[in-house]
Amino acid sequence: MIDIWMLFTVLMLACFVGYFVVWGVTPALHSPLMSVSNAISGVVIVGALITAGVPEMSEHKVLGLIAVVLASINIFGGFAVSQRMLLMFKKKKAPLKEEKK
Amino acid sequence: MTNHLLSIAYILASVLFIFSIRGLASPETARRGNVLGIVGMVIAIGATVYSPLVTDYWPVVAAILVGGVIGTYFAIKVKMTSLPQMIAAFNGLGGLSAVFIAVAEILAGSTMLIENVLGLIIGAVAFSGSVIAFAKLQGLMKPKAIVFFGQQALNLILGLAMIALAVLFVMTPNTDYFYILAAVSIVLGFLLVLPIGGADMPVVISVLNAYSGWAAVGIGFSLNNVLLIIVGAIVGASGAILSYIMTKAMNRSLTSVMLGGFGAESHTAALSSHEDKTAKSGSPDDAAFIMENANKVIIVPGYGMAVAQAQHVLKEMGDDLRQKYGVEVKYAIHPVAGRMPGHMNVLLAEANVPYEDVFELEDINREFATADVAYVIGANDVTNPLAKTDASSPIYGMPVLDVGKAKTVFFVKRSLASGYSGVENPLFFADNTIMLYGDAKKVTEEIVSALER
Repeated sequence: MIDIWMLFTVLMLACFVGYFVVWGVTPALHSPLMSVSNAISGVVIVGALITAGVPEMSEHKVLGLIAVVLASINIFGGFAVSQRMLLMFKKKKAPLKEEKK
Repeated sequence: MTNHLLSIAYILASVLFIFSIRGLASPETARRGNVLGIVGMVIAIGATVYSPLVTDYWPVVAAILVGGVIGTYFAIKVKMTSLPQMIAAFNGLGGLSAVFIAVAEILAGSTMLIENVLGLIIGAVAFSGSVIAFAKLQGLMKPKAIVFFGQQALNLILGLAMIALAVLFVMTPNTDYFYILAAVSIVLGFLLVLPIGGADMPVVISVLNAYSGWAAVGIGFSLNNVLLIIVGAIVGASGAILSYIMTKAMNRSLTSVMLGGFGAESHTAALSSHEDKTAKSGSPDDAAFIMENANKVIIVPGYGMAVAQAQHVLKEMGDDLRQKYGVEVKYAIHPVAGRMPGHMNVLLAEANVPYEDVFELEDINREFATADVAYVIGANDVTNPLAKTDASSPIYGMPVLDVGKAKTVFFVKRSLASGYSGVENPLFFADNTIMLYGDAKKVTEEIVSALER
């Protein structure tokens, strides 16, 4: 068991890290930011796994398994759609013929 | 695997997640960022499954695979224009997952009552709010704001009921209160998003995104899990910052967006002085002629472009102008154009517009004065000069694109109707404005064929 004040400390520090990292994201990538952060918020799957990983069958194991499925849709879908989006952001290939003018 | 190893794995995963968001600082590092996120997730899941906390592997692995197949299938199939509803749906599932975990924990006799209550409430609101957002974006529901008498009073009562139920549950750990609390939270989530109209969706999606992060924090506290707290806080911060940027770009406060009703009742006021002014209209051929003789054209896309799926033909138009006629072509994007943050950027990227040609409002606004043509396609409110001059207007103070400063402004629109805000755009009647009536895609196609003639 970790002391609850320790957890609050971690929370505060994480908020600061999040604040600075997110402000660094370029506005052009705000959609991928949403889908990536959505995918990583699927990390609640860790909680679901712990609830679902108990050996004997019970109500809460079933609920845990449902939570695993839901979070895993979130994770796989989020990362896949982010990758699809990010693959589209391209640089100019060759310098275009702009000397005509 | 010992607890120490598990802790190390969680630290590693947290660091990788931070780097994955960090990667989004530039399109060049973004793909690597996404991959780092995936690696972090694999480590987090793998370490948890192999730790002594999980003793029954196969059902868990099967559940991951089932979810994985469903999620990947939809992610591959979704059209880029439907992305906002997809994000809303995923947010909702994340919230629902938190609800199930909280309920399961309580059933298993968890003593972390307050923490589970927080995870439950936030998760439930994120879930049902996302359902409504999804329905509105997908067109299953009218995107307009739905406002009824006593709505805010009802929300307040439900909010107070939630607090009362939460207190009752924590005092007398009677699980009935917990289930009623779940139901009330879900109803409140529905009610909170109902009064929010279409163009405010970028804010709502950002807020729901933040909720799914804070729900993870709640679950992290109840399970005493540092990884969930760190990641949840970062996602929560991300959603909160995006909401701030979006409300700032509309000059509205978060409360006024959440209380809703924008665009629902202000319609009547604006429709008055239409008749005495005339708007000039032109043909696509005229537009092609003017643009091919221009030095600089700035294209301003809006939600109308997304609806008409006009991004590909728009890119063709830009390329023709540049390659055949040597015109400088740039794209200008308002932060709230579209239905989610960065929506227009993704659509232009989909059409292969290089990201160096796409500019944000503050970077390009001064350039309209030196542009010969502003080609506004499917955007309206974000160009309305009343936002600067008319203090009584609901959009007053919103930063707008100064398209009127260009020598000629083309508005591709179906009609003269006012935009989402219900405010008439005086630019339609300006001397240097030419309206191109019709479907955004068709009009642009006709311009392209005129350019290629």
